[in-house]
Amino acid sequence: MKGWPLTFALAAVFALCVGPFYWLAMAATHGNSEIFAETPKFYPGDQLGANTAKLEESIGLVNVLGNTLFVAVVQTLIAIVVALLAGYAFAKFEFRGRNAFFVLLLSTLVIPGGVTIIPIFEMMNDLGLIDTFPALILPNLTVPFGIFLMRQSLLAVPDELLDAARVDGAGELRVLWRVVVPVMRPVLAALGVFLFLGAWNDFLWPLIAMRTPEMFTLPVALATLQAQARTDFGQVMVGTAISSLPMMILFLILQKQFISGLLAGATKG
Amino acid sequence: MTLTMTREAATERGGSPRFRRPLVTRRNIPYLLILPALLGFLCFKAYPILAAMYISLTTGAGAARSFVGLDNYVRLVNDPLFWTALWNTTLILVVQVPIMLLLALLLALGLNSSFVRLRGLWRLGVFMPSLTGLVAYGVMFSVILSKDSGLLNWLLGFVGIDAINWLGTPFWARIAIVIALTWHYTGYTAVIYLAGLQSIAKELYEAAMVDGAGAIRRFWSITVPQLRPILLLTVVLSTIGTLQLFDEPFVLTGGGPDNSTLTISLYLYQNGFQYFDFGYAAAIAYALTLIVAGFGLVQLKLTGGKK
Repeated sequence: MKGWPLTFALAAVFALCVGPFYWLAMAATHGNSEIFAETPKFYPGDQLGANTAKLEESIGLVNVLGNTLFVAVVQTLIAIVVALLAGYAFAKFEFRGRNAFFVLLLSTLVIPGGVTIIPIFEMMNDLGLIDTFPALILPNLTVPFGIFLMRQSLLAVPDELLDAARVDGAGELRVLWRVVVPVMRPVLAALGVFLFLGAWNDFLWPLIAMRTPEMFTLPVALATLQAQARTDFGQVMVGTAISSLPMMILFLILQKQFISGLLAGATKG
Repeated sequence: MTLTMTREAATERGGSPRFRRPLVTRRNIPYLLILPALLGFLCFKAYPILAAMYISLTTGAGAARSFVGLDNYVRLVNDPLFWTALWNTTLILVVQVPIMLLLALLLALGLNSSFVRLRGLWRLGVFMPSLTGLVAYGVMFSVILSKDSGLLNWLLGFVGIDAINWLGTPFWARIAIVIALTWHYTGYTAVIYLAGLQSIAKELYEAAMVDGAGAIRRFWSITVPQLRPILLLTVVLSTIGTLQLFDEPFVLTGGGPDNSTLTISLYLYQNGFQYFDFGYAAAIAYALTLIVAGFGLVQLKLTGGKK
């Protein structure tokens, strides 16, 4: 009996956190005038199809979703590999410049993103890459936090495990593929989820780097649509729901990886 | 025995392909492993950081770029809008971070209490806001906060509070930013605290109970000291994050009304990518770096050196 007041308090907080998502899902099924009616709608309407069709017409929903997914997947996969390789080198090998590079890498963590964005923009502009996918993907492939996370996790892997494989005659690539990758799988998944979330939601850089609506990612397309005067909000709500939904589903399936990925960002820093 | 001999013999003769030295050896592998990260670091971290320093000392762009020394920084110090942005950022920081951290701690204590039912479900729910992309949540909040038809004013109507013009008046626009930030990050911070709470050894509490310490005593003598590193960490992370606050004012208020929600990062963006004054924007970026680094140093002092 003792726990009920606290349970109710937590349920109220839960409602505050999840309520807006429920309301968003409902709003996506109503027309513009109903969304801006005096009483919020807490039941589904019949405008979901019409809203989605309008959204497809105004931003090219399918194309924009494809762009977002492509960029997020490619960027995440490459960044994980880069981080794993570098983290492995930092954790398990001696090489010249190791400590200096590691310190430099970590020191970039305290520099605000605003510092690098202008030179990177000029660089991409000079290379003629503005409005192309490489402009979005290239700057995000070396993730200092990811490298740090990989290094910390690999430090906990005993050297004997690697040496045992070497004694058995395995070459270095085989050790990497057959020993390091399998033991690192949970950390790789956590980092992957974390990076994918970041890439899927990324806004400022795609906003600056992309010019034509055909190249927009979903957040950029949505923000542009919302900024237009007299925008029909039914379609904006559908777009917003679509941009949040994959993360919610992924989160429900991969709860553990999500939480350890996000916690790693905080507690290992 | 025979196997060793054949292997040695093979090596001596120059070896069959099977015994040739592999391309990747224990000696060269670290350099190969580090190469992609090094390239990315040089092109997209080291070079831009140095280039931004140079750009901040120039004016114009491309061929028209000219060196002006510290002019941009002099202009910055004399720019009332920069001070407005700094003031707004500080104000939001001072109000929002303590509120959020306190709420998060209470939430984590609740989620950690063994009396509570359905703990997993509540934890799941409070974590969800931190998954929302900034644009998505900006869109959601701009409608939720709308004056005449927003969810929030509708709810406030039940307790007899008149409709508030959230995004249209300087005072309430700041409060709206604080509310949105708090909604977004409290659950995330609570989950961090929860992980900290769960790593505190149960024996400490048991021993304290044997000694007759009450719940409040146990909280102050065990929970708070044990949680101290994580508490400090979240203070620093939230502070640094809020100092760089950009997305919420960008999507909710555009910095208005009357520049009441203009933040440093938003001002940087406006100068760089609306007025294309790269030199000045880079100077703002470096000023922001100094401010963030200053807080970092204070943190280092507080936690007594590196971890």
